[in-house]
Amino acid sequence: MTLPQPTRASLFVTCIVDQLYPEVGVSVVRVLRRAGVAVDFPDGQTCCGQPLYNSGYVSEARKLAERTLDILSDKEYVVVPSGSCGAMMRVFYLDLFANDPELLARAKDLSQRVYEFTEFLVDVVGYESTPVEPATDDRPERGSAVAYHPSCHLLREMEVTNAPQRLLDAAPGVDRVELPDAEQCCGFGGTFAVKYPHISEEMLADKVAAATSSGADTLTACDMGCLMHIGGAVSRQKLPFQVRHIAQVLDGSAG
Amino acid sequence: MAEVVTRQFVPASQAAVKDAQLRQALRRAGTGFDGTRREAIEEVSPEVWEEWREEARRIKEHTIGHLDYYLEMLERNVTAAGGTVHFAVDAQQANAIVSQIARANNVQTVTKSKSMVSEELGLNHTLEAQEIDVFETDLGEYIIQLADETPSHLVAPALHKTRGQVAQLFADQLGVPYTEDIEEMARIARVALRQKFLDADMGISGANFLVAETGSLVIITNEGNGRLCTSAPRVHVGLAGMEKVIPSLQDLAVFLRLLPRSATGQRITSYMSMVTGPRRDEDEDGPEEFHLVIVDNGRSRLLADPALRESLYCIRCGACLNVCPVYQRVGGHAYGWVYPGPIGSIVTPGLVGLGQAKDLPNASTLCGACRDACPVQINIPRMLLHLRHNIAEGPESYRDAGSDTGSLLARGFAAIMSSPRLLGVGRKIGRRLLAPMAKGGVLGQSRIPLVSRWTRSRDLPVPAPRSFSEIWRDELSGKGPTGLQD
Repeated sequence: MTLPQPTRASLFVTCIVDQLYPEVGVSVVRVLRRAGVAVDFPDGQTCCGQPLYNSGYVSEARKLAERTLDILSDKEYVVVPSGSCGAMMRVFYLDLFANDPELLARAKDLSQRVYEFTEFLVDVVGYESTPVEPATDDRPERGSAVAYHPSCHLLREMEVTNAPQRLLDAAPGVDRVELPDAEQCCGFGGTFAVKYPHISEEMLADKVAAATSSGADTLTACDMGCLMHIGGAVSRQKLPFQVRHIAQVLDGSAG
Repeated sequence: MAEVVTRQFVPASQAAVKDAQLRQALRRAGTGFDGTRREAIEEVSPEVWEEWREEARRIKEHTIGHLDYYLEMLERNVTAAGGTVHFAVDAQQANAIVSQIARANNVQTVTKSKSMVSEELGLNHTLEAQEIDVFETDLGEYIIQLADETPSHLVAPALHKTRGQVAQLFADQLGVPYTEDIEEMARIARVALRQKFLDADMGISGANFLVAETGSLVIITNEGNGRLCTSAPRVHVGLAGMEKVIPSLQDLAVFLRLLPRSATGQRITSYMSMVTGPRRDEDEDGPEEFHLVIVDNGRSRLLADPALRESLYCIRCGACLNVCPVYQRVGGHAYGWVYPGPIGSIVTPGLVGLGQAKDLPNASTLCGACRDACPVQINIPRMLLHLRHNIAEGPESYRDAGSDTGSLLARGFAAIMSSPRLLGVGRKIGRRLLAPMAKGGVLGQSRIPLVSRWTRSRDLPVPAPRSFSEIWRDELSGKGPTGLQD
């Protein structure tokens, strides 16, 4: 008997997960493996260049983008647990290298192979339910009422409109609740949050109020940037819900 | 030209977010307009809506790509219909042309229907300085003229005002009893304006579209004031940015479907006027003279830059303002010039100079809601990124005190991120410095420069003890519950 060849995914974990939230990366790997995906982690990866690009430092961003192109050059599928880093690689690299035919060709090639984590699970792997596995001490506890915040770049640049919801709806122990005004930006916007904190905070206050009113015990999203922002307010204000990356919710939902 | 206070964006927006009345006015108008816009799209179906957007975009791309050709066609046909076309390179010239027309016709009183270009030119002040009485007749414009303010929204100029504020303004300025009854307030304005329409020697209008093949000026309104301004006085002066031209009446159709739905969710506005030249011999009424002033005032700079050209496709519906989370918090005045919100953050730097409007392209989270709402599919976030690039790496004239810090940080970030080893060292140093100050793994309010701008309201995680890369190397690589070697 021959087993079908497993899907192989190369994880680009993003610098924010690598440096600040490594546990999210661990959950990503666990969920992918549970879905039958063989995961590898290309060496030398750091940042895709998005923070620089969004701030206008295009020539500095190109350096990091070129490195990233090199590191991911021969990978079949690149999986990114972030809509904004994913959008950078899929959409904005094409702008970044618009005037360099050779690099543009490589950027186009990458843009065909790069997937956001939930998009990959649903569209490529066809995976929607988490196999039942008992929860263990080192795995985050299961969430019950989960509200999903669609991060802006995932929704409007990568156009991932329903994969996260489908995964959450299929996950055992997860009861998805609607987040009011879900598609409103949380106010993070990278450097925006520190350049114009007074505006960012107003947006954040509305997002936090929406999450509170949803009755969720967990707010989830596919981007740690947004979740760092929202989570920063949740922990400062000691609000009664937790903030988790969707990989953590899916990882912890088994059982 | 209208006064430019774009440099005041930060203090102005700081004041705006604390203004409870403004917030109330914005919230009501923003959700109201956007809600009806979404309903209007559902009614025609999102698929049909996309087809319309694509058609409109094609028309704009084509016209703006051949602008000289269509402007010449327009001039020919306006002239053939008995009108006069004037081209103004800047605000000063445009104001001089209108003043000259007013003098030549011995004009004492002007009625105006809504024109954002006239706001851009600061035309009212120019005319008033020549002792000409100018009366705005669009209700919103009338309100802000009474209040001596500028518009805060492209289609709803007095959007920043609550009903109570307008009631108080009417009581103070018009000597009428205080009333918050909308119908009564509209009646008060109608009575005040009726005589002005009859007295006016000159009517000034904007233009929603200029149709090249017929030489027609098209305006759509809900109040009928545009029709009165363009037909009752002896002289009609139409003002339009040079991007307003479209080739044909057939092309107009899709825009008449898109504009009202995008602006207010209406299927059609109450009035649609097409003005083609002055009155003809057989006409019963209409002006004796028709002048069309086509204004550049910086637009050719936008036209010349391929990355910014699509900003000229804008039909000024205001949909991007109504969905913008930043506009919805700070209102239109904070942007510091006539054109606010997402599209204003591109048009304003284009017209007044990026050097004095650097906050505008930066004051966005790039959430993209504006692009989705735009009836002509203008990619606003991409142009904001382009302007940010010009600010960060562009000419010396855009640099200021903060520029060196910014580029130093950017270079430092790029250097660290170019080396996994350096990044690892950086994380360890960062953790050693920050961890002692952290509680529960996060940093609370901190005095560290820059960091404090985050932690003033949000806790900040400190670097993890082990990076994901290390965890992968030590624990995850080579393992897999599927039993397969990764």
